[in-house]
Amino acid sequence: MMFGFGEDNVTLTMDKPQPVSRLDTTVQGLVGTGVERVDGPAKVSGRATYAAEYRIDDVAYGVLVGAGIGKGKVVSIDADAVKSLPGVIDVVTDYDTFIRVSQQGGETEAPTQGVRDVEYFGEIVAIVLGETYEAARDAALRLPIDYETEEGVFAFSMEAERDGDLPPNNTPAQSAQGDVEAAMAKAAVTIDATYTTPSQNSAAMEPHASLAMWGEDGSLTLYGAYQMPTSDAQQLADALGLSKSKVRIVSRYIGGGFGSKLGIAPESVAAAVAAKRLGRPVKAVMMRQQVFDATVRRSNTSQRMRLAATADGRLTAIGHETTASNLSTEDYFEPAGISTHFLYAGENRLISHDLVRVNWLLSGSMRAPGEAVGLLGLECAMDELAEALALDPIELRIRNDPGRDPEKDVPFSSRALKEALRHGADHFGWDRRQAAGTRREGDWLVGMGVASAARANILMKGSAKVALDPDGTATVTSAMTDIGTGSYTILAQIAADMLGLPLDRVRVELGDTNHVPSGGSGGSWGAASSGSAVYLAAQALRAKLAKAMGVEEEELTLKDGQAIGANRQVALAELLDGKPIEAVGTIDKGAQEKLTTQASYGAHFAEVAVDVVTGEVRVRRMLGVFAAGRILNQQTARSQCLGGMTFGIGGALHEELMHDARTGKLVNRDLAEYHVPVNADVPDLEVIFLPERDIHANPIHAKGIGELGICGAGAAVANAIYNATGVRIRDFPITLDKLLPHLPAM
Amino acid sequence: MRLFQYERAATPEAAVADCLAEDARFIAGGTNLLDLMKLQIETPAKLVDISRLDLGAIEEAEDGGLLIGALVPNSDLAADPRIVARYEVLARALLAGASGQLRNKATTGGNLLQRTRCYYFYDRHTPCNKREPGSGCSAIGGENRILAVLGTSEHCIATHPSDMAVAMRALDATVVTLKRDGDRRRIPLGDFYRLPGDTPQIETVLEPGELITHVALPPAVDGARHVYRKVRDRASYAFALVSVAGVVRMDQGRIAAAQLAFGGLAPMPWRNAEVEAALVGQEPSPALFERAADILLADARGQGSNDFKIPLARRTLAATLRELTEAR
Repeated sequence: MMFGFGEDNVTLTMDKPQPVSRLDTTVQGLVGTGVERVDGPAKVSGRATYAAEYRIDDVAYGVLVGAGIGKGKVVSIDADAVKSLPGVIDVVTDYDTFIRVSQQGGETEAPTQGVRDVEYFGEIVAIVLGETYEAARDAALRLPIDYETEEGVFAFSMEAERDGDLPPNNTPAQSAQGDVEAAMAKAAVTIDATYTTPSQNSAAMEPHASLAMWGEDGSLTLYGAYQMPTSDAQQLADALGLSKSKVRIVSRYIGGGFGSKLGIAPESVAAAVAAKRLGRPVKAVMMRQQVFDATVRRSNTSQRMRLAATADGRLTAIGHETTASNLSTEDYFEPAGISTHFLYAGENRLISHDLVRVNWLLSGSMRAPGEAVGLLGLECAMDELAEALALDPIELRIRNDPGRDPEKDVPFSSRALKEALRHGADHFGWDRRQAAGTRREGDWLVGMGVASAARANILMKGSAKVALDPDGTATVTSAMTDIGTGSYTILAQIAADMLGLPLDRVRVELGDTNHVPSGGSGGSWGAASSGSAVYLAAQALRAKLAKAMGVEEEELTLKDGQAIGANRQVALAELLDGKPIEAVGTIDKGAQEKLTTQASYGAHFAEVAVDVVTGEVRVRRMLGVFAAGRILNQQTARSQCLGGMTFGIGGALHEELMHDARTGKLVNRDLAEYHVPVNADVPDLEVIFLPERDIHANPIHAKGIGELGICGAGAAVANAIYNATGVRIRDFPITLDKLLPHLPAM
Repeated sequence: MRLFQYERAATPEAAVADCLAEDARFIAGGTNLLDLMKLQIETPAKLVDISRLDLGAIEEAEDGGLLIGALVPNSDLAADPRIVARYEVLARALLAGASGQLRNKATTGGNLLQRTRCYYFYDRHTPCNKREPGSGCSAIGGENRILAVLGTSEHCIATHPSDMAVAMRALDATVVTLKRDGDRRRIPLGDFYRLPGDTPQIETVLEPGELITHVALPPAVDGARHVYRKVRDRASYAFALVSVAGVVRMDQGRIAAAQLAFGGLAPMPWRNAEVEAALVGQEPSPALFERAADILLADARGQGSNDFKIPLARRTLAATLRELTEAR
């Protein structure tokens, strides 16, 4: 324990379990309930200001220009051809400084720079500035650019040379234990099947946007739509050759990120360079088509799944070999095997990742990188194995639930997979599931599917400051973000409970690198990491208040602005005696993440109907049962899970970026043709949380939940399609054309 | 900035007079045109706003049919009790299209004139004969999952995206127009659209400046059953991969009358008189439906990723005919 009570700065490094959480004994009673979003009224009334919406005097409108070739070089940009158009200010490019790709999350350096070389169709090579958006857009659409084209690799092929010697990406590229080949050869039952998933786009509602302003002291302020402002500011500083203290990023509201706003995107550097050149603020908002063309995609994958089992359904081997794609200069691989490491038992294990190099836009993190598509492979293969064993798929999973991490000799910090499967089976009516292809209702083939959910838990270093004012109000500040998830609300709840204040006495200010640093939002770490920082800061304030009351901190009760202890009740305002107090809490990862395997778990259940005539799939109902440690807010957590399950429906049935094999160009680059589920595709989704605490994860005992809902959701849908039709489609998304040849004759 | 002139027309005659220039366009709901203008796929020099003209009524016609004003919003048309009672296939087709918000803005005349949703038409970085005549067709040899298998040419395989027009085609609707010389024309919907041939940029027989004022529906077929079956990649807000609009009247177990039109298959709402002739007078049976599909798809040609539309159309037609003819 490294609590420095009385100090203004408290740091907790998670080296030891934290069996006691003050949140279990505070009496304000907000954490764990479903209080409504504190930012809700601002959002629905338009008072929540997003990056592109700040009204800045003298702003110039920037419209980005993407390369019109898939591979080659920019020879020249004929700015003069458009500069004389009315309302056009200038055309700016900087072949060395512009960034070629977005940065991955958490990096502290600039991504690959230099846009003379075009590595993918749509790479941002210039920005056109206008007095109005319309003037700039017109010039951007007309801007003549001369290219020297080169041969590129525009199609993904498993025959291509693969690059397997890659640095780890939250999971090692290669890992082997025992001998999968040998285990396959002697197993009673085996599955050897390859699943493919396409490129996808986060398609967040808010397009990427930056508003850049330089100060007279050479400092840069950038209003941007970013998930991790602290590291994003470092990336931006590095890209521009500035010291990091000179860059401020403000991201108070973000209209969804899903990974695409973890690192800086090309519009940020373009806006900053142009603002410098012009000597006035520049706003650059990507067109929807550019969000598709030039931010980041989730890689397509080809996943070879091998499972070997005894006749009674004990796994003896798991092989999960993933091939993804990326640009030749980028090492990020889609970590599809990440949860395969720990989800099931099995002595012999081979989990590998490699890359085929293509001239397609950058691949990087998209919601639940790894699990979202990796569990399509693993959980569909488990379904195939259950079918081959004539064993119930839930029973197969329970039989292979390992007591300890099957690869490292460590326990799980908390794990409620079996409970989620059993609870869900009861609640969903799993016993009514019939043999594959046997349930028909009119023209509908109906089936049920199940899949496990698992998402590795991540703690990110981060801080929060909590100030308690003499008037009995508290202010929480941090560079943490709320990307639509509910950060403002849960941080207010934690501070309110810890300090015994009604929710409306707590103000939360986020998304500004002028605040104390934070790991931001991503990888489902946001709530637990920043929540722990707020908890630590508030606990330090409790210690000060306890001291003032003359009691030990654990004997202090705070409620409704009153301090109670030692048979006394004193108003906080009185206790503070006109002097504000404040503290900074910092949480950091420690030995616990090595001494335990930490993940959130759950189970997805889906019932689908497949039109026997057309192959159209309609999801009828879904249930997700989740355990993710302490649930901080029932309502916002549930919303995250609903969104994840909806994402899962999209992954199973709809989402697919199409690359033209002749040019590498994205073909479906708007929301009309890049399909995500619409309301009519999403039936009643039910979410159940199982009570759980994780003392190894952090002092508030919460684990990540933001991405848990997507993990395995698509597999449950795919497995339900199999159960409905008896047809196994291994090429995602499962569109009707793939089912059609296998449906009964009319 | 792309400047354009804007005129608000007070009368249809004034609108036609205002829209003389070749590069002028009428605008009403703007649900398609504005998107195309932002991408500079359409670059009109002038917009003539017809949205305030008195063309928003649905009236009984003398022949017992209905006369639909060109500015009737899709939502209103779908909800009109006369449409629901007498032309159910049209109401169903309308509600299968777009979204509630779009249907509130989109008009009857504008719906007929939607441009294709071919990916390449929307992308100025790729050749497209419809957007830039003579530049080539990127969809042939490219991604063409949503494109046509009937009525195409080597220059264009685009589909017409409308659902409403498919139902109107089945209903033998007539487009009523006002020409710039003051003449009115009545153009059967079957003659209204043009196949792409070597001029895919010309999509209808409308003359420059010719204004759609109404769509006339003939008297409804008494005792007919109506079905609109739309097959798509998601449950709403997606264009048809295949759609079938069917109006069939049965008499003593035989098909007495059949009107069938198809969406998602061709550059225009598709109708084939031979398909209907093969059905009329016959007892419904799977074999008969197969024969109808054989006739419909005799000349169908896939381009790779849209090959599936041919078996899909076959199955959808059979299921639709079954629904239209089965005893209840």
